[in-house]
Amino acid sequence: MPSTQLNVNHTLHTVSADPDTPLLWVLRDILNMKGTKYGCGIGFCGACTVLIDGQPVRSCQTPLRDVGSQSVTTIEGLSKDGTHPLQIAWQQVDVAQCGYCQAGQIMTASALLAANPHPSDAEIDDHMSYNICRCGTYTRIRQAIHQAAQLNHKS
Amino acid sequence: MSLNRRTFLQMTALLSGGLALKLYDLPATAEPPRPGSANLSPRAFIQISTGGAITIMAKNPEIGQGVKTMLPMLIAEEMDADWKTVQIQQATLDEALFGAQFAGGSMSTPLNWDPLRRVGAACRQMLIHVAAKRWNVPESSCTTTPNRVLHAASSRSFTYAELATEAATLTPPALDSVPLKDPKDYRIIGHSHTGVDNPGITTGKPIYGIDVEVPGMLSAVIAKCPVFGGKVRSFNQAEIQSLPGIRHVLLIAGSLSNDPVVSSNPGMEPGVAILADTWWQAQSARSRLKVEWDLGPGATQSSANFATRAAELFDAPPANTIRTSGDVDTALTKAASVVQANYAYPFLTHATLEPQDTTASYKDGALEIWTTSQAPGNGRQMVARELNLPAEKITIHMTRTGGGFGRRLMNEYMVEAAYLTRQVGVPVKVLWSREDDFGHDGYRPGGFHSFKAGLDANGKLIAWRQHMVTYGVGSRYAGSAGVSPDEFPSGHVDNYGLYTTAMPLWLRCGPLRAPGSNALAFVGQSFLDEVATATRRDPLEFQLELIGTADDHSRRLHDVLALVGERSGWAKRTHSPGKGMGIACYACHLGYFAEVAEVTVLDGNLIKVDRVWVVGDIGSQIINPAAAENMVQGSIVDGISQMALEITLDAGSVQQTNFNHYPLLRMNQTPIIDSYFLKTANPPTGLGEPALPPVIPAVTNAVFAATGKRIRTLPLQRSGFRLV
Ligand code: FES
Ligand code: FES
Repeated sequence: MPSTQLNVNHTLHTVSADPDTPLLWVLRDILNMKGTKYGCGIGFCGACTVLIDGQPVRSCQTPLRDVGSQSVTTIEGLSKDGTHPLQIAWQQVDVAQCGYCQAGQIMTASALLAANPHPSDAEIDDHMSYNICRCGTYTRIRQAIHQAAQLNHKS
Repeated sequence: MSLNRRTFLQMTALLSGGLALKLYDLPATAEPPRPGSANLSPRAFIQISTGGAITIMAKNPEIGQGVKTMLPMLIAEEMDADWKTVQIQQATLDEALFGAQFAGGSMSTPLNWDPLRRVGAACRQMLIHVAAKRWNVPESSCTTTPNRVLHAASSRSFTYAELATEAATLTPPALDSVPLKDPKDYRIIGHSHTGVDNPGITTGKPIYGIDVEVPGMLSAVIAKCPVFGGKVRSFNQAEIQSLPGIRHVLLIAGSLSNDPVVSSNPGMEPGVAILADTWWQAQSARSRLKVEWDLGPGATQSSANFATRAAELFDAPPANTIRTSGDVDTALTKAASVVQANYAYPFLTHATLEPQDTTASYKDGALEIWTTSQAPGNGRQMVARELNLPAEKITIHMTRTGGGFGRRLMNEYMVEAAYLTRQVGVPVKVLWSREDDFGHDGYRPGGFHSFKAGLDANGKLIAWRQHMVTYGVGSRYAGSAGVSPDEFPSGHVDNYGLYTTAMPLWLRCGPLRAPGSNALAFVGQSFLDEVATATRRDPLEFQLELIGTADDHSRRLHDVLALVGERSGWAKRTHSPGKGMGIACYACHLGYFAEVAEVTVLDGNLIKVDRVWVVGDIGSQIINPAAAENMVQGSIVDGISQMALEITLDAGSVQQTNFNHYPLLRMNQTPIIDSYFLKTANPPTGLGEPALPPVIPAVTNAVFAATGKRIRTLPLQRSGFRLV
């Protein structure tokens, strides 16, 4: 099995896996980082969203060979101690029902806030509408993004 | 958990000091001892350590409905624990110890509201007893504040930790004798508490079934016939076996029952299991798998044929009479006017965002299982039967679950994992792909309804005839495909007839959130709106009159309907082209809900649901208000979502394979949702389901108000509409 260097959450890992393996499964089953979720495997649900060089990417559609030296950020690496404003807001607003989609939602939202620190409802809707929440927590996701924007502002 | 005389509390000391409070059933002499009761397990509802830690067990599966937070709140309230310091731990399956442990039918609240509060109250009473004795004062002079017993007169107090070890020596009071708090004194119940797993969810902790890792475990996929129940004739075993990472390629003969009415738990479907070091290896190998299938009896079924057949059956006398009163056929011939319409709705899939999975480890005749099941007790029985193992040899851990919606009341993925680990002798995680999940669900059954309503010269509804063409054989129905004799408006119309005719179906069907109701509310409440319109009556007034207030059940439905009218400004609604409001109500799962939808219809057929008002009556107390609001919002989104979805069969196979064919509602389609609970003097009931059914007819009725067009067939696309 060929081995590849992978930069995840600022740590360099040596991974031995077929280079066609989707990043999702490298993260989950080889690096044992289970935060990134499998929902559809075809790029439609967003549960597997991670950041690659700061951009939200569907890790189920990203083969290991395409990652190269780019830096991958997963939910486990969004903050050192779970205190990213989005993580705090998500907890305070009590967004989750089953919670399964929420890592993908938070990662998608983090790219939005990085580019646009105070998004409007319409901008949030535009950016977030590629992520499915089967439980229907959309109202609270929107509210939590606003709340995180506020927290960001204060800090 | 029923609180009968055989249910007792037992207090024991923790090894490290402190107490553990258990609930257990004393086996009646006439019955065989239930597992776990004779030999009490070290697990318990409450543990108080001398270090001050308070642990409360969450007994039921957490599928996103919030019970892992809500049920422990009941105990914490009555024991007067400080919620901020309480640790919540998920219980393993031990129904002798914890009572029934399942997530279904919105039953967690009604079944646990009383007993769990009593468990907490008993604990508090024992702690008070110890403190009063030490101070030599009457128990009645002691009170509690969070985590502390107080003697106000002498300004003395003990922490629970200081009392725990001595309390562990007491005999607990009888559960039905412990006094419960006056609700006005609640510190926890009725106040919003965020989900206990929120920190884990937001930081990516491995808390779901799919995340389970057991040392030495293999990952498995199972390829099944595209036609339900089809058998494997042959497959390229040697080729698959040689692919990277593949450890085993096994034929599963399955154990499907031959019953022509497929139950929701019919046994294991046949297939080919591929077990590999990693799931991706197994899944990649599957793309090279070539199976020759014996498609079996389902291969000629199609949704189009079912629709044609249903139309034929509408013209024939119904096969089954579910309920009649008066003489509906005569009344219809005598009626001053008759309203008639046919309705249809499709099969649906659950599409839990976490696909089905279970991890199992078989060793030395014992089985350990980590599962996402909503009904792990049933699952254990199925596994025991399939593997011919005594149930006590099966330990079941419940993980957090990425959505249930009824899908995980069916347990075949648990049986599959158990079967495979025993076959290969190492732990196995079975994980279905999304395509497996779409192709092998226990689907919400589709259905067809033919309605006739008769009105007298004054516009009064005097006759209602409903013929449901559904699936099954004779009077036995496919899973969730029947209808109850109490279906509204039975009992409210003098001449009434509810009938069914079943068409054979070789496909598994089963409960989807608010089973039955999610479809019956659509057809019944839409048709009632047609009837009201035909009489030129306001749909709200017409239905309030029909429901009446003759009994408690009617009154509760009546009152939520009246109130949603007020809150939505129904009477004052304005009529502008392309905009409309619709109203509907429904009672199910012990809850009463009425909803108003406001829509804008663009270009004549693009539906935007702008706003939904919800009024619900689920009793006297909303236990965790913010979580309840979340559940209502989710139900509304789910209901609207369903309106655009369908599962269709062609040549016996499900045509939709993934979310690209199944467009769940997105954030930019989500309406503003106003939810309100009407509190009534009834015991609290559950909220996982009852808020969903009315929203569908509320939207179809709103579309009628906006366009003059009736949506009688779902999904919307089949009626010429789309959601935007
Ligand atoms: S799992 Fe990648 S988008 Fe759904
Ligand atoms: S919270 Fe369940 S899928 Fe989003």
